[in-house]
Amino acid sequence: MALQDVCGLQEPPLFPQWTAPLSHSFMPENTSHLNGGGIHGEDCSSWMPRGGGVSPLEFYMPVAEYLTESPLRFGQTSLSSSSTNLLTVDHLRPSLPSVSLPTPAPCSIYPAVPLPFILSHGTTTLGFTFQGGVIAAADTRSSCKGLVACPSSPKVLPIHSHLVGTTSGTSADCALWKRILARELRLYQLRHRRRLSTGGAAKLLSHMLHPFKGTELCVAATLCGWDGDGETGEDEVTVTERYANPQATVKRNTNTQRVARNSRSQSEISSEATTQPITGDDKNARSVASRAATKTQPVTTPESSSSVVLSRVSGPRVVYVCSDGLRLQGELFSVGSGSPYAYSILDSSVYWGMSVEEATLVAREAVYRATHMDAYSGNNVDLYHVTAKGWRRRQREDLKEEYYIEKERERKRVEEMKTDETVMVK
Amino acid sequence: MMISAQNYGDKMKEYHYTGPVEHKFSPYAFNGGTVLAVAGDDFAIVASDTRLSEGYTIHSRDSPKCYKLTDTTVLGCSGFHGDCLTLTKIIEARLKMYKHSNNKTMTSGAIAAMLSTILYGRRFFPYYVYNIIGGLDEEGRGAVYSFDPVGSYQRDSYKAGGSASAMLQPLLDNQIGFKNMEKVEQLPLSLEKAEQLIKDVFISAAERDVYTGDALKLCIVTKEGIREEIMPLRKD
Repeated sequence: MALQDVCGLQEPPLFPQWTAPLSHSFMPENTSHLNGGGIHGEDCSSWMPRGGGVSPLEFYMPVAEYLTESPLRFGQTSLSSSSTNLLTVDHLRPSLPSVSLPTPAPCSIYPAVPLPFILSHGTTTLGFTFQGGVIAAADTRSSCKGLVACPSSPKVLPIHSHLVGTTSGTSADCALWKRILARELRLYQLRHRRRLSTGGAAKLLSHMLHPFKGTELCVAATLCGWDGDGETGEDEVTVTERYANPQATVKRNTNTQRVARNSRSQSEISSEATTQPITGDDKNARSVASRAATKTQPVTTPESSSSVVLSRVSGPRVVYVCSDGLRLQGELFSVGSGSPYAYSILDSSVYWGMSVEEATLVAREAVYRATHMDAYSGNNVDLYHVTAKGWRRRQREDLKEEYYIEKERERKRVEEMKTDETVMVK
Repeated sequence: MMISAQNYGDKMKEYHYTGPVEHKFSPYAFNGGTVLAVAGDDFAIVASDTRLSEGYTIHSRDSPKCYKLTDTTVLGCSGFHGDCLTLTKIIEARLKMYKHSNNKTMTSGAIAAMLSTILYGRRFFPYYVYNIIGGLDEEGRGAVYSFDPVGSYQRDSYKAGGSASAMLQPLLDNQIGFKNMEKVEQLPLSLEKAEQLIKDVFISAAERDVYTGDALKLCIVTKEGIREEIMPLRKD
């Protein structure tokens, strides 16, 4: 017990009956006694345990009051901190990953403790879907305001067998939140006997980050994964069913998802246009009309709605999650300081029907160009390819050689032009 | 790391009068010091200088920054000495707890993962410590884990941290990583060569960094155990 209190470690107890009273010792008055006022900062601050049994990580949030207090009054618990509302941590009944949100971090976090160091930033990451799955690529430079803190940091982190996440923002935040997300997804998989979809994982991450909105946490992740069991037959059924009943699908979803699903079905319609040329435009018009119509009249189609409800959306997915609270689903995302340069390559070359080799080359080229132009991106490029069978990692490639190859190509081209000119003159 | 350049910037402001300046109480202080760790095929070396300074003062010439955690792991921490002490106390307590509940000592990889979560638990009031863990992994190979103050970590084969890290890291990149060298035979690093390299590197660091000097302490981790060696450096 004494050791645990020194460390401030809150471990989920193996035998709840033995340690249930321990949850009461999270009150500030007790901790000040136990620590003996040795660590000044902790006495006047409030502990904020996360809600429910699913507590991703216990955070120590310094409340700014102690910073404005005079140092003479250090170590004395103020009355206001004891009255803060602490959530009862219910270890006996761990809840499902629908995380009950704790009281959001108070605005008195600002001004935060002024840090004497800068945390790492700056990157180029990208992710896009195509017919062969999802490609996720990133550079490997981790910079710290002018110093390259690490030239070989992994920015694409696998979360589970069919989900990979690119990280941008503060490296520590991204690494830890990815770990937390991986743990939550694994728990979900064990409890519900199926993998959580990419959209679901994005929602989970977004909700876990929500209490920290307004703090200096900075995570901008692109979750790239393959949903479903990966049977292409099921894919076809899902898509055609949705075509037949766009209204039923729309009715089933929530507001935000509705727009996303429709935009996705629209993009799929445009891609499927090659196989269904005539009906494509009809469906396009109809789904747009249905989006407007459903607001006024919910349409029920009982005979086919059941099959739509049962079949899941499967296939490649890319969702962008930001610690500001933004959660976007799309086909192509690039995040980071080098993203404008990467977008220029991707927007011109990415299309649904590209082959795997083509996609790999385009991703690599995009990262290479971005590292060339952006000072905060560089070193190597990491590339992951996610398919129905899982993710596969391409060998990390040093882009230094690419410069020399490029120079060689340029030199040859100039020489050829010169010889052409001499030939023409003659 | 970058903190030295920032300090230079602040020092410039001190020489030019810019108007009334409000000094807020900062709970942090910078106590200097450099830590370095190198991993070989069957060894790991963690080295640190032993100077403890603050601003223009040297508090102590005998304050090494390597802390022995287990028989196969050594932690080097530099930055704010107060946070270093508390952090090592917490780590040692957690090691004991692990030993008592799991009946085995923590491996280097496990200690690294645990340290990452300990540091991130204080994301909004960080420990101002630059950590580097050096030790042997389960297979007996050398491992170095480098951290930033909020817990981002990864496994390397060499890393320098602390005030002179920006000077030492490029040299290590060249000599151990063979970066930017053409047509060289990349021999694996031997224990003797690593020791000599570290000593040379710290002598250079003491020349050019004011916060590094006095003495160098080396902790050499092999399967036989941990051997310590002390070498004097510039005292000025």
